[in-house]
Amino acid sequence: MMAPPTNTTASSEDLATDILAALDKSQPLLSSDAFPSATFVDLKAALDRLASREMVKYETIERQEALLEPEAEQIAANGSHEARVFEALRKAVEGLSVKELEEAIGDKNVVKIGQGKAFKEKWISKTKDGKFTAVADKINDTTQEQIKTVQQTKTHPDPKILADLKKRKLIRTQNIFSFKIHKGPKFALRIPEEATDLTADMIASGAWKTATFKPYNFKALGATQNGGALHPLNKVRQELRNIFFEMGFEEMPTDKFVESGFWNFDALFVPQQHPARDLQDTFYISDPKAADFPRADSPDDTKDYQAYWDNVKAVHQDGKYGSIGYRYPWSGDESLRLVLRTHTTAISANMLHKLAATKGPDGRPLPARYFSIDRVFRNETVDATHLAEFHQVEGVIADYGLTLGGLMEFMEIFFGKMGLHDLQFKPAYNPYTEPSMEIFAYHKGLGKLVEIGNSGMFRAEMLESMGLPKDMRVFGWGLSLERPTMIKYGISNIRELLGHKVDLEFVQGSPAVLLGQE
Amino acid sequence: MPTINVDKYRLFEELGEQFTPDTFQQLCFEFGIELDKDTEEDETRPKDQAPELAIEIPANRYDMLCFEGIAMYLNIFRGKQTTPNFKLLDIPEDKMQKITVSPETEKVRPYVAGAILRNLKFTPERYESFIGLQDKLHQNLARQRTLVSIGTHDLDTIQGPFTYEALAPKDINFVPLNQTKKMNGQELMEFYESDKHLGRYLHIIRDKPVYPVIFDANKTVCSLPPIINSDHSKITLDTKNVFIEITATDQTKLDIVCNIMVAMFSKYCDEPFTIEPVKIVSEHNGTTRVTPSLHTRVMDVEVDYLNQCCGLQESPESLCKLLGKMAYTAVPDKEDAKLIKVSVPPTRADVLHACDVMEDVAIAYGYNNLPRTSPNQASTIGKPLMINKVSDIVRNECAMAGWIEVMPLILCSHEENFEWLNRVDDGQTAVKLANPKSVEYQVVRTSLLPGLLKTLRENKSVRLPLKITEVADIALKDETKERKARNERHFAAAFYGKTSGFEVVHGLLDRILSMLRVSFVTHEEDLHGKSIDYKVAENPSEEKGNGYFIKEIDEPTFFQGRAAAIYLRLGGETRRIGEFGVLHPTVLEKFDLRYPVSVLEVNLEVFL
Repeated sequence: MMAPPTNTTASSEDLATDILAALDKSQPLLSSDAFPSATFVDLKAALDRLASREMVKYETIERQEALLEPEAEQIAANGSHEARVFEALRKAVEGLSVKELEEAIGDKNVVKIGQGKAFKEKWISKTKDGKFTAVADKINDTTQEQIKTVQQTKTHPDPKILADLKKRKLIRTQNIFSFKIHKGPKFALRIPEEATDLTADMIASGAWKTATFKPYNFKALGATQNGGALHPLNKVRQELRNIFFEMGFEEMPTDKFVESGFWNFDALFVPQQHPARDLQDTFYISDPKAADFPRADSPDDTKDYQAYWDNVKAVHQDGKYGSIGYRYPWSGDESLRLVLRTHTTAISANMLHKLAATKGPDGRPLPARYFSIDRVFRNETVDATHLAEFHQVEGVIADYGLTLGGLMEFMEIFFGKMGLHDLQFKPAYNPYTEPSMEIFAYHKGLGKLVEIGNSGMFRAEMLESMGLPKDMRVFGWGLSLERPTMIKYGISNIRELLGHKVDLEFVQGSPAVLLGQE
Repeated sequence: MPTINVDKYRLFEELGEQFTPDTFQQLCFEFGIELDKDTEEDETRPKDQAPELAIEIPANRYDMLCFEGIAMYLNIFRGKQTTPNFKLLDIPEDKMQKITVSPETEKVRPYVAGAILRNLKFTPERYESFIGLQDKLHQNLARQRTLVSIGTHDLDTIQGPFTYEALAPKDINFVPLNQTKKMNGQELMEFYESDKHLGRYLHIIRDKPVYPVIFDANKTVCSLPPIINSDHSKITLDTKNVFIEITATDQTKLDIVCNIMVAMFSKYCDEPFTIEPVKIVSEHNGTTRVTPSLHTRVMDVEVDYLNQCCGLQESPESLCKLLGKMAYTAVPDKEDAKLIKVSVPPTRADVLHACDVMEDVAIAYGYNNLPRTSPNQASTIGKPLMINKVSDIVRNECAMAGWIEVMPLILCSHEENFEWLNRVDDGQTAVKLANPKSVEYQVVRTSLLPGLLKTLRENKSVRLPLKITEVADIALKDETKERKARNERHFAAAFYGKTSGFEVVHGLLDRILSMLRVSFVTHEEDLHGKSIDYKVAENPSEEKGNGYFIKEIDEPTFFQGRAAAIYLRLGGETRRIGEFGVLHPTVLEKFDLRYPVSVLEVNLEVFL
C-alpha cells in the first residue's frame, strides 16, 4: 500500500537491504504489503539501485484506490441516513415528529436527508397527525454495505457503484503506485562492494574479473573540459574568409588604422563637404598632424602619384572623365588630414590604384578579386547596436564586361554560402558606387525582408582617376561581421560580442558557426 | 539619410491611388526610397493628427526633401505625369528685380541668388511644406547653413532693387522674425545665444568683422543670413508674391538650392512652373548673372554602355522611354545611332556622370527584373595574407593550450594605455584622437594589455584561473610612413588567478614560439664567466642559427624579479620582440584586479 509520505528515517541503503531480506523469505513481494510506510521515492531509488545490479527485478503497479469521505466514514460506522431514520422510528411505536426524530438521532442533517430517502424506499410513512412512522419490517442498508466494502478493500467490484458513490461525494479516488518485486539473477542478501572506475591496478592484478562496478549515470553530463576557445566573431570571420578563398579572392593588407582623408574619402569621390566627413561621424587624429602626399610604399611601385592626386582634385573640383564633378574648391590640406579609417574601402582604393599598373597578356590591367575583414572606426554614440568600432567585411571584383545581373548573381552565390537565398535588391545611394544596391534577404524569424549588405559598381570618377581603363568595371560590396554573428548567436546587444565586457563563459560556450547549414 | 514626414492620404490622393501598406512599401523599394514608418496604426498619434508616412530619402536626392518632390517623382515613375517644363518668365534684364552685391561680402559669405514666385497660393499644408523644405535643405546639402542659407519674404512688404552687403555688426539694426524689439548684429548674437534652434548657427559669422545683410531699396533689412529674416517681410498664409534670396559660400550648392526651391513651389503659381528671375549684379567677382539658372543639361550617353552595364539589349528608343520614368527627357541621337541625348532636369543635381543615368535605366527597368548572368569572367586565385596565417597559427595553438580568445576594443583612454601600466608617454608612440565623444576613446592602443586587463576586470565572477589571449593589431606613430603611422600585429596573453601563473605564461611563450619553428637558445656561463650557447657550441654552423632567449628586465609595469624581455635571433640579427612578467601590484590596483596577473606580449610581424 502506498502510504502518504512519512518521516521515515530509513535510508535507501537500509531499505535496499530490507528489500533483499524480505525477498529472501517470499517472492514475489508487493511493496505495498511489505513496506507500507516507505515513500514511493525511497522505494524507487532502492529498487533502481538493486535492479541496476540485476539483484532484483520489479514492475510498477498502478491502481486506483477509493477512500471514504468523512460522511461515508460516518455511514460505515452508524449506517446510512435513511437507515438511521428507519431505526429510530422502528423503536418508537407511536411514531415521531420531526423534532422528536431530530432529538432521537441528534443530527438535523441526517434527518433531513434520511427521511426523504426512507420515504422513497417506502420504509416509512406519515401518520394523520403528521408524525413519521416505520412501515417496513426489516430493511437492507445497501449503502452502508457498499461503503463498508470500499472501506475494507479500497475498491468495489461493481464499477457502477463506485461511480455512484463518487458522484454522491461519499468517496474519492486516487492513483497508487506500488511495486511487485522478484529476485534477479544476481540476487544476494548484501550489496557487494563496488569499484567506481577501471584502474591500472585492477588490470594488473586481474581484480577487474571479479569486481563489481558502480553503475555509470548515463543521464548526466560528462566532465567539464575547461578547454580553450576561439572568439565567436573570429569563428564567423574564418568561415567568411573560407567563402572568399573558395571563390578565388585575395586577402588585402588592411594594416592601416590611420588613413589620410585622401585615401579614406577623396580617392573614393566622397566630396569634402560630405556629412560622413563631419567631426560627428569620423575620428580625426590630433597627433600625428598630417599625412604626406600619396606616394609609393615599395620600390616596385612605379605609379605616378602626382598624376593621381591631380586627377582626384580635378574630378572633384572641375569634373573629368565625363563627369561634371562636384564643382567646389577642393582642398589639399583637407585631403591630408589624418583620420581613423571609417571603412576598409580606403584599402580597396589603394589596391585598385596599384591594380591599374598591372599588365596582363593583352597589356591591360589584370582582373582581380580582393577581400578583407578588419576593424573600422566611427565616431558614433554607443548603444545596443552601435560601437565606435566594428568589423567590415568587404569584397571587390575588378573585371571587363561585368553587368549588374552578374553582380546580383554573385551575391546570390556569396550569400547563399551563408544560408541566405532569394535576395532582393533595392536602389540606394552611396557616394562611391553607382549603381548602388542594398541587398535584402527574407528573415524567417522576423517574417520580413532584412538588409544584409550593400553593393554596387564603383564610380567612373574613382576608377578612371586611378588610371583603370574605362571598360574595366569594379563591383564592391560590404557588410559588417557583427550583424550576421549577432543573428547566428542570438545576441541583441553588440557590447555582448565585441569589447572587454564580453562574458568569457559566452566565448567558451559558443558553438561552431557552420554558415550555410539550413 | 534624411526622413520626410508626409500626410499619408494627401500623398495617396496626389498619386491617384489608395495603396495598401504592402503595395506602397513595394513602390518605395523599387524606386529606392524607404518607408520608415506609417503612423496609421500608431496608438500614440494624437487624434487630431492625420496619419503620416515617414519616408527616408537617399542623401543625394535634395529634390525629394518635400511632399511636392516625392509626389512628383513617384508620379513620373508610375507614368502618371511627365517632368514639368520649368521656365523663366520672359522679361528683359533691365526690368528684372536686382540684387546688387557689395565686394565686402567676400569677407563673410560671397555668393547670392534670388528668385520670385508670383501669384502663389499658400494653404496651411503648402506653407508647412515650404518651410519644411528650407529646413531640410539647410540641414543636408547646406551643411547646417554653413554652405547655403535661404531667406523667403513677402515681396509686397518690401521693394526692389535689393542690395547684398556686409556691414559691421553694430551697423545692422532690425526686428528679427517673430520678435518685437529692434536689435543690432551684436545684440542679436547675444539674444539668440541660448536659443535651441538658432544658437547653433551663430558661429558661422559671429567672429567675422562684417555680417552679411540683404536690404531692400529703402534700406529695410530683409535678412541677416545665415541666421534670421526680418519680421518686417515675413511670409504669411496670405502672401501672394514670394521673394527668395539665397546666400552661400559655395556657388554650386547655391544654384542647386535655388533651382530646387523654385521648382518645387512654382507648381502653386497662377502660371505653374514659371519663375520670375532676379538679376544678380556682382561685378567684383565676375558672377553677374540671372538666377535661377533652371539649366537643363544635355548629356550624350552611349547606348552600349547603358545596355552592357545593365546586361540589357534595349533599343535606343526603349532606353529613352525607361529614362522618362526617372524624370529625364531622352531622345535617340539623330546623327549617331550609338548615342542617346539625355536632358537632365534642373532639379536632378545628383546626376554627374553617365553612370548616374545608367543606374536610373536599371531602376526604371527594375533591379530585380534585370537578367541574371554568370558573375565569372576571368578566373582568379585565392590567397591569404601571410600575417593572418601566422596569427591563425598562434590563435589556434593558444586555444588548443586551453586559453580563451578575447576581442577588446582598439581605442582606449590615454591612462589605460600609459599611466595605468606605469608607462610614460614619450609623445612618439601613440596615435591620438582629436574629437572623441568619450575618454574611452583617446588613443589607439600601442599595446594589447589594456584590453586584456579590462576584460579580466569585467569577468571577475568567472571561475579562476582566467587564461585569455588576443592576436590583433596595435598602431604606432611612424614619421617615415605616408600616413605617419603603422599597424603592428601583436600576440598577448594574460593569466589571472590566486597564484601569479608566471611559469604558465612562460610556458605558453615557449609553446607558441616552438610552434612557429623557433627554438629556445640556452644561455649559461662557462667556467670563465663567459656566456656560452650550447646549441652553437655543439654545432658551430648554427652560430647564426635562429632562436629565442629571454633576459630578466626591471621595468615598472612588472613586479621586480619576475619579468623578462624576449629576444629573437633571425638570420643573424637579434632583436627584442616582446616581454612577459608578473604585473606590478600598482598596475593591478589601477585596473581594479584583486589577484596576481602574469602577461605576455609579442610582436608577430618579425615571423613573416
